[in-house]
Amino acid sequence: MQKNKDKSMFKASWSYNEAPESTDHIQIKKKYDLYINGKFSEPIKGKYFDTINPSTNEKIASVAEATFEDVDAAVQAAKKAFESWSKLTGKERGKYIFRIARLIQERGREFAVIESLDGGKPIRESRDIDIPLAANHFFYYAGWADKLAYAFPNRTPKPIGVVGQIIPWNFPLLMAAWKLAPALATGNTVVLKPAETTPLTALKLAEIIHESGIPKGVVNIVTGAGETGTAIVNHPDVDKIAFTGSTNVGKYIQKVTAGTGKKLTLELGGKGANIIFEDAAIDQAVEGIINAIFFNQGHVCCAGSRLFVQESVANNVIEKLKSRMDTLIIGDPLDKNTDIGAINSKKQLQTIENYIKIGLNEGGEIYQPDCKLPKNGNWCAPTLFLNVSQSHRIVQEEIFGPVLAIQTFRTIDEVIEKANNTPYGLSAGVWTQNGAKMFHLTQKLNAGVIWGNTFNKFDAASPFGGTKESGFGREGGLHGLKPYVKFD
Amino acid sequence: MIPNLNNLPVYDTTGVNERIARFCTRSIKSSSKVEGLKLALSMIDLTTLEGKDTIRKVQQLCYKAMHPHDTLKNIPTVAAICVYPAFVKEAKKALHGSDIHVASVATAFPSGQSSLEVKLLETKFAVDQGADEIDMVISRGQFLAGNYQYVFDEIAAVKEACGKAHLKVILETGELDTLDNVRKASEIAMYAGADFIKTSTGKIQPAATMPVTYVMLNAIKDYYLKTGKMIGMKPAGGISTSKIALQYLVMLNEVLGEKWMNKNYFRFGASSLTNDILMQLVKSETGIYQSINYFSKD
Amino acid sequence: MSRLNIQKTYKLYIGGKFPRTESGRYFAINDNKGNLIANMCLASRKDFRNSVVIARNIQSSWANTAALNKGQILYRVAEMLEGRKEQFIAELIAQGETPANAKTEVLDAIDRLVYYAGWSDKYQQFFSAVNPVSSSHFNFSSVEPVGVVAVIAPENQSLLGLISVIAPAIVGGNTVVVLASETKPLTAISFAEVLNSSDVPGGVVNILTGKRAELAGQMASHMDVNSIIYCGIDEKLIKSIGELASLNVKRTIFYKKHDWTNEVCESPYLIEKTQEVKTTWHPTEI
Repeated sequence: MQKNKDKSMFKASWSYNEAPESTDHIQIKKKYDLYINGKFSEPIKGKYFDTINPSTNEKIASVAEATFEDVDAAVQAAKKAFESWSKLTGKERGKYIFRIARLIQERGREFAVIESLDGGKPIRESRDIDIPLAANHFFYYAGWADKLAYAFPNRTPKPIGVVGQIIPWNFPLLMAAWKLAPALATGNTVVLKPAETTPLTALKLAEIIHESGIPKGVVNIVTGAGETGTAIVNHPDVDKIAFTGSTNVGKYIQKVTAGTGKKLTLELGGKGANIIFEDAAIDQAVEGIINAIFFNQGHVCCAGSRLFVQESVANNVIEKLKSRMDTLIIGDPLDKNTDIGAINSKKQLQTIENYIKIGLNEGGEIYQPDCKLPKNGNWCAPTLFLNVSQSHRIVQEEIFGPVLAIQTFRTIDEVIEKANNTPYGLSAGVWTQNGAKMFHLTQKLNAGVIWGNTFNKFDAASPFGGTKESGFGREGGLHGLKPYVKFD
Repeated sequence: MIPNLNNLPVYDTTGVNERIARFCTRSIKSSSKVEGLKLALSMIDLTTLEGKDTIRKVQQLCYKAMHPHDTLKNIPTVAAICVYPAFVKEAKKALHGSDIHVASVATAFPSGQSSLEVKLLETKFAVDQGADEIDMVISRGQFLAGNYQYVFDEIAAVKEACGKAHLKVILETGELDTLDNVRKASEIAMYAGADFIKTSTGKIQPAATMPVTYVMLNAIKDYYLKTGKMIGMKPAGGISTSKIALQYLVMLNEVLGEKWMNKNYFRFGASSLTNDILMQLVKSETGIYQSINYFSKD
Repeated sequence: MSRLNIQKTYKLYIGGKFPRTESGRYFAINDNKGNLIANMCLASRKDFRNSVVIARNIQSSWANTAALNKGQILYRVAEMLEGRKEQFIAELIAQGETPANAKTEVLDAIDRLVYYAGWSDKYQQFFSAVNPVSSSHFNFSSVEPVGVVAVIAPENQSLLGLISVIAPAIVGGNTVVVLASETKPLTAISFAEVLNSSDVPGGVVNILTGKRAELAGQMASHMDVNSIIYCGIDEKLIKSIGELASLNVKRTIFYKKHDWTNEVCESPYLIEKTQEVKTTWHPTEI
């Protein structure tokens, strides 16, 4: 009897043919304008930029670039609309938001396809995760609109006013839902800027908002890049800023809004610790690693990008992880079998490749499965760095890509200390079948979201957000209302 | 030697279900679908295990096994016929000339609640009558009571009684309560001499499910890594449509891979699945949805 | 040539189906002028008994349906009712309401369904708690539905009242067996048709039409019913219900005087009335 540890023993032989999602039912315009005061209007300075399909690097559409003048128009529209919107009964406000939820559900497949085209994520994820979560988020907060009296014991909540919201490119529609739904439910009016590499689903959402009959000026969507964002952040008539994005930009926003009286919530970066104990359900823990770092190509602020494996099971876990990685399919985001799609932009790909170089220079042991990457477009193979430590840069800095840094640990106290040893504090994962150990860890880890025996789970009813440099404020659940109200 | 049952992997059901869901969202199309359908067909143990079975019924089933749908070219026959011991001889005669195996249940199937003597006698009888494969049941009561040595010894004894015949060990996962127990029972069966581990008798609900099959496939994988020996797997009962069968094949493909993707190491215990696969094959060829009226029901 | 209408048959609503009463009996509902509007099934105690069996069987899976799902189902009931509001307004008028009151009642009923739909995934956060116990334990209290709830629906405001009482019960995961208004039962059965077309699983809501005098005692004494809700002001009946309920320590809920159009009637505390609190401990030391 020969003991054969050769991984090729378990090679998958049956290849699934191309299974492209059909795209002939979707509608994308050649040119998109700004949505201000209830209609689509051309940008005042007449500038447009291209939005690209990152899996082919081909242009999809031209999108308006909002300058300060456009942002001002949007803010004024929001300010005017606030007078009547905030006075509407909660019941009626809620009905508009329920309509938005329903309309997203009805057009779900179209949204999913456009999300994958514009951003690069696999259709399986946009179809099964992003779009349903987005619709559910509107549904959840619609129900709050007429129940705010219960939300804050002994306090009467009031809307803040005009809210400026800036969202990232990793979950474009979902982030729009996370921002808009609670803001509207609590009676605020909004100026929202989607990320410049993924404006399309926000613009399709603008169509739905229009169809819902929501009064003009309540929601305004202005597309653009850094300058547009700066214009929103600095506008004197914006009463609150909600930002999700990189920690560096978040710090900048905190700095420039200091002393202005603007309310602020930030949801920034992370370097989540994913901890596997020897008494974990190992097979599911390995699956959890895959979900933690390769879901959405690792473009997740709460990604489990630092793996800690208890030394006694490390070899076993890493072997199983490599074996599982061999079955991941990297390819066309619109293929239903694709597990890992395209990297969102050339810029992000360069960032990731740069970090991989750094990791190699730092002496990390790299592993990538033998996968054929498509020719055109932005692609990165799922990557492991083994035998690294807390002092490696790739363990400290957020890479925002499918790159996992793996360390071993020996004791519970050791891993708690290492997991917490970071300026970030967004998420953590713990894998053990021992209940007391689980509760001990969840109590000691410094993170806003802790996943026990799971990872990257989101729900409209569950508050999400970070501690330390991962930001402040929560989105989802009862706690997600707080950022959008003020009290007398 | 009974293996150490203390450090076996444990399973989190929610996590397992999520992994299964990923298998089920794979989209199998065109040529890979036809390939999968034909493979599934070749893996079927066409089964009749009813109190009301007669020789004639079994003979008709055997003909169907050899002639699934003669108007379709280039399709494989099923892997085996699975019957009660009383019909092994006639089935063997009816299948003469084909390479379709005769599998017989034995050991007081389906309950297993009888003496070891009776079980071994029944096994030897079936083998003497010509059975190529024996599908035995483990003693679930003994297992749940913690008498693992008993379960182990029983399987080893039946394996010896099988002689040259292959032994499939039915765990009856629907009675084992937890995935951890399924893992434990798999381990005992493999170390005791099973050539195949099988999920169910098909006589109780639930029969085969993807989660228990997943656990068993992983048990087989770990066993191979430890001993170098390949064990086969058979989910039985409840796999009635091509869609489900393909999902199982995706799982097999991504857990164990190409070496197990054949009838020597994977079987489906099914009956109505056959016609559903045939209908799907004809639909793939013609593009037209089919009716059962155009396929034989034996 | 004038066209003859197909007249509607009003049956009971049990287990997602519309059977007649097993007793074969009926009672007539007439309009103000004494003309027959419809014959209603006169439900028997056996109908009630059968309904409880069905409500019990489905209760566990209904309770375990995701909160969001329950909310979406209730929202769909509202969608369906909105689509048929003219029919309900006409039926209320036939039962004796003024057109203005009928319209208000129907629109309020729709909005009330939306109101409770919105609570489906939120009330838990109010009535649950993480409790700071002194020992090294994680201790949390969460709410669970009582189970099967028998409901004697309001006599007046027969649509809005019925919905105001059953929506909070079912959004909380209970299943209900309802005795509709005795004098104005039509809208209850028409409402059953709305429920039936809204993805509400059969058996979650069961609606009987009949006489209180005959059925109230059965409803209050049934040993497999966990809670009883009575809407009315008959003090003798309240006492009798309370006494019979003590046989299995049923939770009793009485709504005496209520104008169900009043927004005070919309409250998460109505959901709480048919919830139980479960407290769980788990060690946290390694």
